[in-house]
Amino acid sequence: MNFDLTDEQKLLLDSVASFVKKQSPVSRHRALREDPIGWSREVWQRMGEYGWLGLALPEEVGGLGGTFADVALILEQLGTALTPEPFLPSLVASIPILRLGTAEQKQTYLAPFAEGRTSLALAWAEPRSRFDVSDVETRAVKVGDKYRIDGSKRWVLNGHAADTILVSARTSDGERGEGEISLFALDRDTPGLTITPVKTMDGHHAAMLTLTAVEVSVDRRLGAEGAAIAALEEAMDIGAAAACAEGAGIARAVLDMTTDYLRTREQFGVKIGSFQALQHRAVDMFVEVQLCKSTAILAAIKVSDPDVVERKGAVSAAKVQLAVGGRFVTQQAIQLHGGIGVTDEHDVGLYFKRMHVLNALFGDEEHHVNRYARLPSFTAGLAS
Amino acid sequence: MDLSFSPEHLAFREEVRAFLRSALPPHLRDKAAVDGNFDHHEVMEWHKILFKKGWVAPHWPAELGGPGLDVTQRFILTEELELSGAPTLSAFGVYMVGPLLIQFGSDAQKKRFLPKILAGEEVWCQGYSEPNAGSDLASLKTRAEDDGQGNFVVTGQKTWTTYAQYADWIFCLVRTDPTVKKQSGISFLLIDVKSPGVTVKPFLTTGGTPAFCETFFDGVVVPKENLVGPLHGGWTMAKALLGHERTLIAAVGLSSRQIRRIKKIAAGTPAGGASLLEDPGFRNKIARLEIKLRALQMANYRAIASAQLGHAPGPESSILKIRGSEILQQTGELAMELMGMNSLTWFNEEGTVPAIEQWVPSTFNYLRATTIYGGSNEIQKNIIAKLILGLG
Repeated sequence: MNFDLTDEQKLLLDSVASFVKKQSPVSRHRALREDPIGWSREVWQRMGEYGWLGLALPEEVGGLGGTFADVALILEQLGTALTPEPFLPSLVASIPILRLGTAEQKQTYLAPFAEGRTSLALAWAEPRSRFDVSDVETRAVKVGDKYRIDGSKRWVLNGHAADTILVSARTSDGERGEGEISLFALDRDTPGLTITPVKTMDGHHAAMLTLTAVEVSVDRRLGAEGAAIAALEEAMDIGAAAACAEGAGIARAVLDMTTDYLRTREQFGVKIGSFQALQHRAVDMFVEVQLCKSTAILAAIKVSDPDVVERKGAVSAAKVQLAVGGRFVTQQAIQLHGGIGVTDEHDVGLYFKRMHVLNALFGDEEHHVNRYARLPSFTAGLAS
Repeated sequence: MDLSFSPEHLAFREEVRAFLRSALPPHLRDKAAVDGNFDHHEVMEWHKILFKKGWVAPHWPAELGGPGLDVTQRFILTEELELSGAPTLSAFGVYMVGPLLIQFGSDAQKKRFLPKILAGEEVWCQGYSEPNAGSDLASLKTRAEDDGQGNFVVTGQKTWTTYAQYADWIFCLVRTDPTVKKQSGISFLLIDVKSPGVTVKPFLTTGGTPAFCETFFDGVVVPKENLVGPLHGGWTMAKALLGHERTLIAAVGLSSRQIRRIKKIAAGTPAGGASLLEDPGFRNKIARLEIKLRALQMANYRAIASAQLGHAPGPESSILKIRGSEILQQTGELAMELMGMNSLTWFNEEGTVPAIEQWVPSTFNYLRATTIYGGSNEIQKNIIAKLILGLG
């Protein structure tokens, strides 16, 4: 066991911290809330130049061959300042391309992303799917050497801006079978694809998609027909682990913000941080911050575990901790700030909103408790 | 970032498991299987077995009889002992007065006391709290006065002197100077429980077992050679002791064992044609508690890995006592809830409820102590607020 950062990781962390401080304080996100894109292509390209986007990608597509644990360090640090660039949605979408794509497809979709010239999105959610990536109604019917895709997708993160959008579709007549799901990589200007931008609570944007007789060639399909489910599930787990990393950064940031406030705000002629009721609440927050950080590390390491049960158990545990702990920390941050915490002009509300969004993405608390409780590992060895 | 144990540490875990399989006597093993409450003699029987193996005091230096284990091995040994359900050794000698003597005792004191602690030939208890000195421990009033003939004369009352009824010795914080700031007039004294003037009165805990005692001192003569460290220097030493072995206080092994037992109880409790383990509500409740424990375990791993690399304890280690004690309590609560009406049972004859449930009500009650002892969780929060969060 060793959780110390390597020298390379320390350097990376320093450079992200310095970026956040100098180039992307919360005020940048605040200003971009009203922008129709909500993030900056110029900053995105810089992130590509820094090597952050391709950090965990293989070298043949311009990546650095790092691990997800490295990426998690970036995400956590970006979380502390609510950096708005679509790091998380692009990362999630890169997973199925990596797992299923041909060498040529990887080159086409991942190389420009690693350079920060394009961003990605993964469209999987549908009106009835909730958090089940296999509950897909969108259909892709093979007609000659093309597929015709019809259906709709909801809450596609970065769908409003992504250059490449991955769309999951059922490639058989079945209703719910897991072995019938395929993924297609679509350009945003594909005829028949309607992208309706929507705003999300955290000041970001997403898109609702309608696909009407969208025709794509077979070479847009990632992997064999009907074989996308494992990669989709892994992408969801990467998303959940990424949310845990970003959430750990958010939790730490709001705790710092809150203890700063407790040390400066005066009432009854004294600093309010001298009141034991508030001290203990701050410690309760601190406990959750430590646990969120610990489980974010757990998820960051185990999300790459080849043992899928092990991966799912660790990721679900971490996502539940983020839901419970992250919610508590951000709620109490507002409470301890008092009235100012409920105003739009104070940053604490921005963190509260982002934490809610992270908790609702890639499986919420209930979803992950259910999943955890039904893994074979949960009841293993009870007979002895 | 590496979450795996090294091959050497994995091999050590196997060694501990193999030892536990062969060394735990059948009558203790049977009791462990139902998480029975081991009595003093059973605990000492196990103490002596561990002594032969050299594993009584995992964290003592090798030259004083410790096994020379590193931080991670110590954790593994403790965790496996907890998971096995073997009797928990009394902490007062091995974990409290022993390390204090190692750090602050004279050579003569080390020679006199340490070997007998290790061998289990002398049993210790702790004399810190008093009826009017609980969380405000420094306000303690038990007096030790110099009789001018090489002795202290001790008068006062200590409480929560757990297992004093079995103890040969008690280590006490006593007031040696009532005229100075309260923390500055306290000394650390070793007292023979069989000395004239010492009276021990056991009383029942809410768990129905006689763990607690009150201990009275009425003009007890204690030779000055039993003073540990400098006169009036007791407070500093007592505080130093609180910082030891934080990674063990999370009791992750105990809670893991409890959760395993909870699952077994659930699996054996019929409900609607299946078992309670199949009941989605209960199953998720168990999962939530296990997830909580897993988060704590990960925080504990971070603390262990950090200590193994020789770093000072980081902020993650300060939460271990608070969250560990809460989780342990919650395991007792959930076990009771799963038992339904069986949870009404109170020391009835065997077979009244399934054996695995027999001790749950007692444990459930006694576990209320976990958030109180070792510095109540509220005191822990005061410390974190001040020292880590800079509030005050």
